[in-house]
Amino acid sequence: MNEPVEFAASIPSSLREGLALQDRIVQVMERFSYSARDVFAVRLSFEEGLANAIKHGNQLDESKLVRISCRIDGSRMRVEMRDQGAGFEPDAVPDPTQEEFIERPTGRGLLLMRVYMDHCEFADGGRCLIMERERNSPLPVMDD
Amino acid sequence: MSKSDRRIDIEEISGVTVARLLEKKILDEANIDALGQELFALVDKDGRKKIVLDFTLVEYLSSAALGKLITMHKKTNTAGGKLALCSIQKDILDVFKITQLNKVLTLCADLDDALKKVG
Repeated sequence: MNEPVEFAASIPSSLREGLALQDRIVQVMERFSYSARDVFAVRLSFEEGLANAIKHGNQLDESKLVRISCRIDGSRMRVEMRDQGAGFEPDAVPDPTQEEFIERPTGRGLLLMRVYMDHCEFADGGRCLIMERERNSPLPVMDD
Repeated sequence: MSKSDRRIDIEEISGVTVARLLEKKILDEANIDALGQELFALVDKDGRKKIVLDFTLVEYLSSAALGKLITMHKKTNTAGGKLALCSIQKDILDVFKITQLNKVLTLCADLDDALKKVG
């Protein structure tokens, strides 16, 4: 299996709708024999990105869509998500590891996407998320 | 709630409530909300004060699930109780470390260690 796999879909603002797409991405990655760590990183980042698009972007308005496109080949995967919300300023999101924010129940998705993906960029005023990950890209070594 | 609908399995060991999380993937928002309600009820409804959450079966969890664990931690503290998490797989343990929640929550290698911490 060498040819890249590309697919796209528009889903309503429901996280449940995203699960089938998430499973499809994982299946394609497994067909390309990506490692379990790669799959873990992408599944987590996809979930966080979609949750942001649906909750913060589209404000859970099911009449609004999230457009998702994905490209996977033997060496890298790329996913793009576009919501229909008002956009946001990624740099204005506080660091959730700071003492004043660490016990907040929300606000960690962006941090996780930036750590687990090689490239995490917002375009169109924050309405479009582009994430990329190379095969076997190293994850931070966390001390025990 | 029927047994098959449950997200946790409860056992009492030496005065400590051990809640085993039954879902492999704690990603879906609806499931996460339901899990949160079951966990919070241990403190709010049952009045339990010594609680261990056993993560043996859990392979994935999202930041929304982390949020429920933080709320659970606060509820337990407010009630004057103790909460520990144990048997967390390496990939998930890294999520706790990246978000630095290992500094807020009590994470233990295994159930025996967790029982000592809260018992």
